[in-house]
Amino acid sequence: MAKVLMIHPDKCTGCRNCELACSFEHERRFRPGASRVQAFTWEREGISVPMMCQQCDDAACVTVCPTGAMHRSTTTVAMVDWDADKCIRCRMCVIACPFGNARYDAATSSIFKCDNCDGAPQCAAFCPTKALEYVDDTDQVKSRKKAYAAKFKDAFQEVS
Amino acid sequence: MYGWTGTILRIDLSSGKVTREALDPQVARAYIGARGLGGHIIRSEVDPKVDALSPANKLVFATGPLTGTFAPSAGRYNVVTKGPLNDTLAASNSGGAFGPELKYAGYDAVIVEGKAAKPVYLWIKDDAVEIRDAADVWGHTVPDTTDLIRAATDDEAKVACIGPAGEHQAMIANIMNDMHRAAGRTGVGAVMGSKNLKAVAVVGSGSVNVADPEAFLAAVLKGRQMIFDDPVGGTGLPAYGTEVLVNILNQVGGLPTRNWQDGYFPNADKTGGEALAAKQLVRKKGCFSCIISCGRVTKVDAPGFEGIGEGPEYETAWAYGADCGVDNLDAITKANYLCNEYGMDTISAGSSIACAMELFQRGIVTTKDTDGVDLSWGNDKAIVEMTRKMGEGDGFGAKVAQGSYRLADGYGHPEYSMTAKKQEMPAYDARAIQGIGLNYATSNRGGCHVRGYTISHEVLQSGGFADPHVTEGKAGLGIAFQNLTAALDATGCCLFATFGLTGAQLVEMLATLTGFDYTLDEFLEAGDRIWNQERLWNLAAGFTKDNDTLPTRLLEEPLPSGASKGHISKLGDMVPEYYAARGWDENGVPTKAKLKELSLKA
Repeated sequence: MAKVLMIHPDKCTGCRNCELACSFEHERRFRPGASRVQAFTWEREGISVPMMCQQCDDAACVTVCPTGAMHRSTTTVAMVDWDADKCIRCRMCVIACPFGNARYDAATSSIFKCDNCDGAPQCAAFCPTKALEYVDDTDQVKSRKKAYAAKFKDAFQEVS
Repeated sequence: MYGWTGTILRIDLSSGKVTREALDPQVARAYIGARGLGGHIIRSEVDPKVDALSPANKLVFATGPLTGTFAPSAGRYNVVTKGPLNDTLAASNSGGAFGPELKYAGYDAVIVEGKAAKPVYLWIKDDAVEIRDAADVWGHTVPDTTDLIRAATDDEAKVACIGPAGEHQAMIANIMNDMHRAAGRTGVGAVMGSKNLKAVAVVGSGSVNVADPEAFLAAVLKGRQMIFDDPVGGTGLPAYGTEVLVNILNQVGGLPTRNWQDGYFPNADKTGGEALAAKQLVRKKGCFSCIISCGRVTKVDAPGFEGIGEGPEYETAWAYGADCGVDNLDAITKANYLCNEYGMDTISAGSSIACAMELFQRGIVTTKDTDGVDLSWGNDKAIVEMTRKMGEGDGFGAKVAQGSYRLADGYGHPEYSMTAKKQEMPAYDARAIQGIGLNYATSNRGGCHVRGYTISHEVLQSGGFADPHVTEGKAGLGIAFQNLTAALDATGCCLFATFGLTGAQLVEMLATLTGFDYTLDEFLEAGDRIWNQERLWNLAAGFTKDNDTLPTRLLEEPLPSGASKGHISKLGDMVPEYYAARGWDENGVPTKAKLKELSLKA
């Protein structure tokens, strides 16, 4: 069964535990700049939105990659993998990603994009409010859909 | 170094000189960071007798070793300086994302000294540090200043700044960061204003490194679970924020009402966390690395009080609510928004208005003095209008913005200022809860609840229980809370994490992060050292045992109603025992033996 990382901005408190967990998982230190996920906060409106690789089926980063370093995963469904050995650091993927979810890091000569922590995403594990969830693709919007359905239920109860 | 970055940034605004210094590892180990390290810097470098608003005072932004890690709810920093509100060694603690960003830029602390010739702001991007002209941002509110500076520097810069209140050096001015988080108390914003420093903006791309990553991870996971499992840290605070306390304190008769003339407010329910959740709550907000998310994003639609922002916290809802006899939560929240925008401490602001209301009640001031504002108890429009006037420094508002002590003293009635060491006491009546009174009286920064939050045991029964009405054992309890809190503040961890997180677990995180083999004993001794350091500085500034007291009202006027009716504070029964247990003489001066034990110089 395929699992996907789901983002629920409505539950995000802007605490950035996801960024800390991600950078710690990859570098065993705390460098949010190395995090593959970023939670942005609009303080006037009090809204926070986490951003990370969407693992596109038809991925621009894969299409433009001249060496095949950026490729559909051969082992995990619904994943785009980056192969450091094949990568020539041309950064075409960085240019191509419309979301800004791939980045080149000069300090480590790496392309930073979400790798799902090989099946155990630490951002989701450390998120205190379940704003990030790693769920079966069949379940991905069930909770959100039901939460909204509950609003209809309440409205129906009021008029019936 | 691990945990610490190992570098302190020093900026002399008079000369424009920027220098870097190495953090001495032994100082780091002994004083930890934030409140402890900042206090050590001030005690080493600033004459306690200086005018707090003169260029000779210094302003230290100091982080802790845990700041910037995923230790739960540990993203804090302290502003340490001589506080102009009451001349104590001030350490004001704030969350948000500013402190961690300073660490990522490479600094444990930034020392600001001297005074700029004209308004400036600091722009720190890793190694690049600029002192920039602030002519275009001077005069602006906190949110507008933040936006303007981000537009001029980096869209994601973390900004700590003063609002108009700090610019005109109101004694209750704070320093705001990330728009809504406050280094609130003792008037630190006025010090920033006195230096012509409007803001500090920072972006960092570096890291906080870990001595033993696997052990640190294990310690953090265990610490997180302790908080998640705690009824307050894991359930009460996330659900209702600090505002959950309004009804709890009212029920024990400890909710100071109408400038502490009573301890019970019949309409308190309208101003509590449950009402806030039902009427105004938009969503929960967390500071950096926080797993509790007690912050409240709120929205008010009521005509005259419209706005969106964060808050109110419990202390704010009390200061503008019960303490002013106001039961309109929309007005309270609006006043909170204005405090954040102008950059004022909500506890001192609301309490100073309450003091003005009592002066009004007694005819000591009239509408002729107040520029026509009707300061009758419960006037919801008046608390908003007064807050605006205070923020603007307008007329009577300018007097109230100097804090209730200067206000009441100016009219010849300092007894109506509900302050300890000239700082407004927060929302727990010392007649209903004996231990917190001892803490107000002995707090090194004046009236304050977060120096020794004995409420945990005396009211919330979190981690232990102590009868709020008895004085026995309160000296020891108070000291235990004060020392643990001082050390905890120094790490960069939030006090609220201790709703679940044990001292031993905190030490486990600190030791595995830094590589120093801290024990709980060494950690608590560091807290004791930080406390005594502050005490010594205050004594040198001119404080004596006579300042370790409470307003006469609390010592002599019994509570007239509520569950603690008839009680007064028996402070006098507790102070001598407190001094002795601290290892101080009968005048409250640390003994030579105590100083030797803590490796402190007299």
